[in-house]
Amino acid sequence: MSPRKARIALRTGVVAWMVILVVVPISGLVLRALASGPAAFWGYVVDPVALAALRLTFGTAALAATINAVGGTLIAWVLVRGKHPALSALVDIPFAVPTLVTGVVLVALFGPQAWLGQVLIAVDTPIVFARPGIVLAMLFISLPLVVRTVEPVLSELDPAEEDAAETLGASRWQVFRHVLWPAMLPAVAAAWVQTFARCIAEFGSIAALSGNIPRETLVASVYILGELEAGHADAAAAISVVLLVLSLGLQPAASALVERRYARV
Amino acid sequence: MSSRSRPMQPWLPRVAFLYAALLILLPLAALAYGVAEHLGGTWRALTSGPALDALSRTITLATIALAVHLVLGVMTAWVVVRDDFFGKRALVWLADVPLAMSPITIGLAFFVVFGREGWLYPLFTQLDLKVVFAFPGLVLVTLFVTLPFMIREVVLLLEDLGTSEEEAAATMGASPWQVFVHITLPNILPALTSASALVVARALGEFGAVLVIGGAISGETDTATTFVFHAIEERQLPAAYGMSMVLVALSVAAFATFSALRRKVRS
Repeated sequence: MSPRKARIALRTGVVAWMVILVVVPISGLVLRALASGPAAFWGYVVDPVALAALRLTFGTAALAATINAVGGTLIAWVLVRGKHPALSALVDIPFAVPTLVTGVVLVALFGPQAWLGQVLIAVDTPIVFARPGIVLAMLFISLPLVVRTVEPVLSELDPAEEDAAETLGASRWQVFRHVLWPAMLPAVAAAWVQTFARCIAEFGSIAALSGNIPRETLVASVYILGELEAGHADAAAAISVVLLVLSLGLQPAASALVERRYARV
Repeated sequence: MSSRSRPMQPWLPRVAFLYAALLILLPLAALAYGVAEHLGGTWRALTSGPALDALSRTITLATIALAVHLVLGVMTAWVVVRDDFFGKRALVWLADVPLAMSPITIGLAFFVVFGREGWLYPLFTQLDLKVVFAFPGLVLVTLFVTLPFMIREVVLLLEDLGTSEEEAAATMGASPWQVFVHITLPNILPALTSASALVVARALGEFGAVLVIGGAISGETDTATTFVFHAIEERQLPAAYGMSMVLVALSVAAFATFSALRRKVRS
């Protein structure tokens, strides 16, 4: 086979592989969601339980993304400006923990069988089988994502700019407010968007610990599973498409934010 | 490095450590305590037939995913970086799609295509190949969720490497295949090792997608994660904690092995 023919064969093979593995199932999902027409699709989305699940998912994901944007950026800053191999290893642990296991360990810590869980239930702030558990699971799974997104951008900030501001009489707060914050904001925003997208898709950890009570602690991914198990594949597909469109729409927004920052450097 | 010259307020690293430790170490310590508390029960649960069967199925899936992506992922990355044709950018985008999808949505997508009412159901029935609620379905979703890692890492490294070495070899008369085996492949080994760790960890830990497509049928499509899920639902805590611990240990071992390999290929 000539090199040219081999190259075309390779290209065709790769395109076919991606079409079979990715394009076919996703088009199947979208077509299934729209199979009974746009009115039916809309009906599935505005179903009160579905709508409550979507609202809960977006709300908890936004809260988790905000908390981790602060905590994760702080960790990234400490990693960039000092040598902390233990902290760096710690941050990556969630990558090695299956998400279902995340849910299991949080139940082991905060569940009704654990003493910490009993204390929290006694003071009427249950974490497991309640909304705080959902946020906690999201915080755990997305911490490495925030740190590793913000870190490369922070490492490019030049300490000389901070020195210059200080020489001109700026306080530590003013240095942060006027020098560091504007420079890191796009990366923090990108990390927020990515974390939000990751959290609205989360299933394993939340399914194990939230109790999955409709309108209370039932998130979108668990709702989809319930609809499928009840034989409502169309409704499951419709909510799936809502999540998918949102996540796919947010991904380019996040990379645009980081790239704009790079473009200015 | 000039960046070290600026003093940091001492409370910053302390707060950072505290945040990471509370969020990550505390729950894992609770798991370790849970395992230690029921050590005998955990051992019995883990050496039972269903547990070993689920675990070996998970390890098989991870091995298949790694083998397939080592070949097809590298091919895809090479085509994305070194080839040029209309629609090439779409491949990069498609490769990242699994990262944006909920595991349940992934399982559902394969379910609606391969299930009883799906387009491909008649074809696969004729081939006498069961996908939904069967092992091939588990393979498909595992390949899907692990798709981005190999392609991403190899694409980034190939772009960094550039083509000068490859062009030099070609000028000296090497065939494209020789260029790939003797120049490109040794150069991308570090990317292969780090991507392999991510593929294996993701395949070991996948839950939602295998639950939907496989149905977690004991002895047929039960995996380590669905085993944990059932153990939790049936309040079999030693089994749930034990298998969770095994999964974490296997993932950590995969990361350690592949980073040792990475150091070896670099030196």
